[in-house]
Amino acid sequence: MTHIEKPRVHHPALEQNELGLTRRDYEGRMSTLCAGCGHDSVTAAIIETFWKLSVPPHRVAKLSGIGCSAKTPTYFVKEAHGFNAVHGRMPSLVTGGNAANRDLVYIGISGDGDSLSIGLGQLCHAIRRNVDMLYVLENNGVYGLTKGQFSASADVGSVAKTGEVNRQRPIDPVLLALSLGASFVARGFSGDKAQLVPILEAGLRHRGLALVDVISPCVTFNDHEGSTKSYRYTREHEVEAVEADFVPLRRELTAEYEAGDVREVAMHDGSVVRFRKVPAHYDPTDRDAAYAYVRGRQEAGEVPTGLLHLDPTGQDMHRALGTVETPLVDLPFEALCPGRDKLAEILAAFR
Amino acid sequence: MRPTDVSDPQYFHRVVDCQWACPAHTNVPEYIRLIAAGRYTEAYMLNRKSNVFPGILGRTCDRPCEPACRRTRIDGEPVAICRLKRVAADLRGEVDGLLPAIPDEKNGRRIACVGAGPASLTVANDLLPLGYQVTIFEKLQRPGGLMWTNIPEFRLPGRVLWEEIDHILDMGVDLRLGAPVQSLAGLLEGDMGGPFKAVFLGSGAPKGKELELPGRHDTDRIHIGIEWLEAVRFGHVDTVGDRVLVIGVGNTAMDCCRTAMRLGASDVKVMARKSREHFKASPWELEDAEGEGVQIVENHAPSRYLVEDGKLVGMDFELATWHPGPDGRLKKETHGSTTIPCDEVILAIGQDNAFPWIERDIGIEFGEWDMPVVDRTTFQTTRPGVFAGGDAAWGPENIIWAVEHGHQAAISIHSYCEGRPLDERPSYGQNLISEKMGLHEWSYSNDYDEAERARMRYADLERRRAHLDLEAELGFDYDQTLQEVERCLNCDVQTYFTRELCIECDACVDVCPLSCLTITADGPEVELRGRLTVPALNLDEPLYVSDDLPQTGRLMIKDEDLCIHCGLCAERCPTAAWDMRRSDLLIPYAGLDAGEARPARGMPAEVA
Ligand SMILES: Cc1ncc(C[n+]2csc(CCOP(=O)(O)OP(=O)(O)O)c2C)c(N)n1
Ligand code: SF4
Ligand SMILES: [Mg+2]
Repeated sequence: MTHIEKPRVHHPALEQNELGLTRRDYEGRMSTLCAGCGHDSVTAAIIETFWKLSVPPHRVAKLSGIGCSAKTPTYFVKEAHGFNAVHGRMPSLVTGGNAANRDLVYIGISGDGDSLSIGLGQLCHAIRRNVDMLYVLENNGVYGLTKGQFSASADVGSVAKTGEVNRQRPIDPVLLALSLGASFVARGFSGDKAQLVPILEAGLRHRGLALVDVISPCVTFNDHEGSTKSYRYTREHEVEAVEADFVPLRRELTAEYEAGDVREVAMHDGSVVRFRKVPAHYDPTDRDAAYAYVRGRQEAGEVPTGLLHLDPTGQDMHRALGTVETPLVDLPFEALCPGRDKLAEILAAFR
Repeated sequence: MRPTDVSDPQYFHRVVDCQWACPAHTNVPEYIRLIAAGRYTEAYMLNRKSNVFPGILGRTCDRPCEPACRRTRIDGEPVAICRLKRVAADLRGEVDGLLPAIPDEKNGRRIACVGAGPASLTVANDLLPLGYQVTIFEKLQRPGGLMWTNIPEFRLPGRVLWEEIDHILDMGVDLRLGAPVQSLAGLLEGDMGGPFKAVFLGSGAPKGKELELPGRHDTDRIHIGIEWLEAVRFGHVDTVGDRVLVIGVGNTAMDCCRTAMRLGASDVKVMARKSREHFKASPWELEDAEGEGVQIVENHAPSRYLVEDGKLVGMDFELATWHPGPDGRLKKETHGSTTIPCDEVILAIGQDNAFPWIERDIGIEFGEWDMPVVDRTTFQTTRPGVFAGGDAAWGPENIIWAVEHGHQAAISIHSYCEGRPLDERPSYGQNLISEKMGLHEWSYSNDYDEAERARMRYADLERRRAHLDLEAELGFDYDQTLQEVERCLNCDVQTYFTRELCIECDACVDVCPLSCLTITADGPEVELRGRLTVPALNLDEPLYVSDDLPQTGRLMIKDEDLCIHCGLCAERCPTAAWDMRRSDLLIPYAGLDAGEARPARGMPAEVA
């Protein structure tokens, strides 16, 4: 049999979430990515996240640009709203969507090419506006879809499958986001869901833009000897800088930790992020400290991962603009478009 | 945990639940695929290799394979394995040329079998191709044993029965009909045309159990079930009273009540001492009987036959319920009594063995219930050279068990004649063949088909009642067959893991629709089972555990329990660490190593 869809039949003992849904209910179509692509594991982590947080599938908006990474929204939460933007333009579309309907849960999926080359300005401005969204950057160091050219995240010295060596300095999305003042910055690895899922959960609950850079190996064009974004290289150089647990509102706190080991940060909705094993002289809520720490580890040749910086006090786009609580799409026409007389009144105020 | 050793043929064998549960280890998935491909003759011959009587068993088997079928754990109903066997038997072509060739030159060893039932016939089937001369002594005028005398024709048509028996007789059995063995000592001493190198006791459990209650011998309208069925088969009985009570609720009771309906009874009740969950009859036989208008009465314990002026008028029953006592055994509690009027009573409460013809001083030890002591592995009695199998060995079982006993006894008899130790059993083997055809292409039908189990079609009820011989089940039609073969999960197409190739990308774990896979750190099995993707709580099904993975030293673990063998793990694996490989269990038979085939009759001698 060729190209079968994943059969609908599932394990009878699959757990159900608060909506009575199983993980399988948060899946999408069968992936058409290369077998073993890191992006598929990220998709699985996203499915797990939405399921765990009992997000109603029809309240999700999933957007992306162009790239293998950008194909992945098709593979999760099939009942969600979705849109494939032009290359690199996903952030603008989320910004527009969110402006019109602030009640949906926004997830944007992008790649290192999509976000750090053609869409770099878009990413920067979405961070600057602090659009309330989960921004997942599936980072494999190459343009996977166009057959493996180096992307802007390729490390100096990394060797392409063709043998070519990269000489240009990389743009690191984590450092970029920190320097732009992002309020939620994390790095994960597609091969470590135990770490990635709590980060995604916290990111989805964070009010504002949550940037999660996920090292997601391109198994076809960048998983060879000499690559610095391969499964093996990442496993050998990854250092979990902080361990973060996400404790959603209403869930009992059961784990016990030794005093002094744990730092709790409350999120807007009352859920809690608990940082464990934070290294000395490092405070994930202090942006400058986080920058210095990450920079230092990278200089030492390591790939620091974890929820690296969290500032729950920032204002997202709507609060900064002071827009009404009701989503604009739900406002009556007369309120949204008060008419010629009102317009004249407003224009008069500027004279 | 220790890594799983898949080079042991029994590991993958166990994953093929149906084959593992079948006493004769019939290769079910392979014959179902052959049927799907329209290769009925090959499907039939594959069956015949292990179960010898596919046509008979495709109608009468007790089907231990079906409750074991993995599909039951997935959607509640097993694949109709038995009915598909019948499809192969019904639609097959000529098989004469495919049956084993019999050497003209004999090996000089003569073997005697007592009773011409399935066990003895299987011994003959396995030994004749090796050049043995086999003599079967049968007390009745026809061979077949209980397959003939006790299974009514409406369940097993004569043409099917005789054709499959003839396949064996035609190999050159020296069949002595109307020749009961009256003294085993005599047989061993050469009285009955001996001497024989070895003797096989395959005489069955031919005695129906009595139910001695007041009134038992005051009328001639009370019958022992298996004797009554035999009398119907012989044509000695062709009528029955209007109101019939069948006592007992096993498969013989089902044959008795359905036969009574056909002989003209209008009111047939099957009287059970206990409630339904304790019944011995297969659920489908109960259904069939009820479908024909038989009434099944629970919790009635017989206490007296009522005979007035020499005429049977009814039976008294205690109304009983059953509760587990302190020792765990069910204890009866009575709540009064009742009388049920009837004209005829048929006793179907079990069978006994009887060996009045075996002298107790010829070295054959008798044990519990006056049964000969038989070795469970070698099938030899305590007298070297005397073997036993089928119901004669350990009491009433099903045909498929008798067949397997026959295979094992034949292996022992051959070893005995060759002077090799009997307890050194020949070993099993396996072939593992990749089913990969392309990136997303497998040479088996790997997609999961949501179809429900096909329902059997029956002959019209009025016609069934009017014709004692009319086969009740019509078999599957073409569309039903097509649908049912696709329900098979191809459990023999195994997920096969090569640790060295794994890059731990999680693709297999993520794609598995049944959440069978986990990559995790080692631990003791009990604890490990609890922290898999979905906890593995079915302890009857093994975990497939890898050695340390190259990158992180964790283990790849597969819970075999609910795998639907869709091949998606292998399809999504970038390095082919997972592959789908068909495991072919190679079973040894008498004179054949595992995997060796007997030369067929139709094959030219040079090729053979
Ligand atoms: C405007 C425009 N320019 C260039 C392309 C060609 N193109 C398609 S995908 C891609 C890069 C994708 O890389 P990345 O975002 O890292 O995704 P990946 O495939 O690696 O997941 C490029 C340059 C395009 N589709 N549109
Ligand atoms: S080309 Fe690379 S990034 Fe694209 S699907 Fe294949 S492995 Fe994934
Ligand atoms: Mg990329």
